[in-house]
Amino acid sequence: MKEQQSVGIVVPQTAHFSDPLPLKSGGVLPQYDLVYETYGTLNAARSNAVLVCHALSGSHHVAGRYAEGGGEGWWDNLVGPGKPLDTRRFFVIGVNNLGGCYGSSGPNCINPATGKPWGADFPFVTVEDWVDAQARLADRLGIERFAAVVGGSLGGMQALSWTLQYPDRVAHALVIASAPKLTAQNIAFNEVARQAILKDPEFHGGHYYEHGVVPTRGLALARMIGHITYLSDDAMGQKFGRTLRHDKPVFSYDVEFEIESYLRYQGDKFAGFFDANTYLLITKALDYYDPAFDYDGDLVAALGRAKADYLVVSFSTDWRFAPSRSREIVYALMHSDRRVSYTEIDCPAGHDSFLLDDPQYHGVLRAYIDNIRL
Amino acid sequence: MSFQRYDYDVIANWIEPGERILDLGCGDGSLLRYLADVRQVRGYGVEKDPERVLACTRNGINVIQIDMEEGLAGFDDGFFDHVIMSLSLQAMHNTQGILKEMLRVGREAVVSFPNFAYWRHRQAILNGHMPVSKNLPHQWYNTPNIRFFTIADFDDLCAQEGIAIRERLAFDEDKVITDEPNFLASVALYRLGRSETPAG
Repeated sequence: MKEQQSVGIVVPQTAHFSDPLPLKSGGVLPQYDLVYETYGTLNAARSNAVLVCHALSGSHHVAGRYAEGGGEGWWDNLVGPGKPLDTRRFFVIGVNNLGGCYGSSGPNCINPATGKPWGADFPFVTVEDWVDAQARLADRLGIERFAAVVGGSLGGMQALSWTLQYPDRVAHALVIASAPKLTAQNIAFNEVARQAILKDPEFHGGHYYEHGVVPTRGLALARMIGHITYLSDDAMGQKFGRTLRHDKPVFSYDVEFEIESYLRYQGDKFAGFFDANTYLLITKALDYYDPAFDYDGDLVAALGRAKADYLVVSFSTDWRFAPSRSREIVYALMHSDRRVSYTEIDCPAGHDSFLLDDPQYHGVLRAYIDNIRL
Repeated sequence: MSFQRYDYDVIANWIEPGERILDLGCGDGSLLRYLADVRQVRGYGVEKDPERVLACTRNGINVIQIDMEEGLAGFDDGFFDHVIMSLSLQAMHNTQGILKEMLRVGREAVVSFPNFAYWRHRQAILNGHMPVSKNLPHQWYNTPNIRFFTIADFDDLCAQEGIAIRERLAFDEDKVITDEPNFLASVALYRLGRSETPAG
């Protein structure tokens, strides 16, 4: 049953772009690669394309498995035959964003100008830059207009930004567990994570590749902080409580509480495959995102360009991207006369809920996506 | 709380083509669908119940899942032409608050409710039982209704709150009742506005 619903074996592809990409920071990427995957078939009218945007630690590997092994795509429960985003009907694209560490041009790639890894010299990239790069990939694939752009968290910011940067190229945006901009508290969590990396003695100003080392302690710490904020108090309490490894306090700084064990494990695992410079870049992209900035903070004015229809989803226990932040988007869209629906899913898993398959959540996504006319 | 066609028609007659409409407690969105079809309204529904939110999404209705008991703070003043609450007011805790909010975010409000003073309901009470009827289908122990009021009571509340009654239609099933509506009508529909000279 599960096999029938998987897109099966997938193969990532790489697109090289030799036209320079102007960046929001004022910098330019002279040339770059984007690695991506596709699922399903583009129809003759080229009207059934859906772009899935990833968040902090995601990648182009949205669904399916690789022949050589490894895990399922990060949103495999959403994308596949018979799943809410049904690949029998839609042509779905996942792209690793610029600055990433899964094959698209990023700090761990060779800078053609120097022949050495970019490291800290990789330019700052923003949500808007990612969308511009994704649009060039869409051009390359012959997609003039997406039936939908879908994303959770930082991916939701990209979906929203698509409708503002390319209003004629998106019919529907699904903005999930996201926010119109980060709060001071949210930026603060990102800053602590960045400081953990920047202060790691093995960071070497971002040029650690040349030293043959990796700032794993800083990156692991950054991930631990992130993990705390992606879970809800209740979920953490239910999963770990105050459970002690030795049944009683042994008065040590080694792992005693199970939550300590879990966080250390998650941090170390993440530091084993993710790139610290990418973590820095992506958290900054999160912090900078603010489509209303150029409109004196007036989100309704910022959304004036939009032409898409929207589905906005939040989760009751998500405090990192709280329901109230999603409602800001909803009210601004409504006051811009956009068609918009909003649902707040009662799910205990905090911010990570958006990756789960809660029946109400996937029911609403399926109902909304089924109504998309091609 | 299923809508009946006479409700739809009365409400549609109070609405101009292309208006912005907010439907509080919109159920599966069928009224908004009807108003979109016959009046080309730009409509949004508010609904708390997850099943109904799912139904609205299936029906392609703009639905916003919030609890209207907490007010409509996210909605701008006067953004909507009409704010509708159909057969839900009797299930709201914050009666005065929501009426005030409806007339803040809307130019006019449309409210309908079952009339507890309908003669069949009075008869049920005289016979010693709480009324159960087409418009009050629940038993006393499972009803979602918490405010039991009559056409006369609602008229008094509007006067007290400075709410202008622009129009009122009363029905017994689908028949318009003009004489003794508080006795002969099972349901009342009101078109409400902000009073020029608020009381108090």
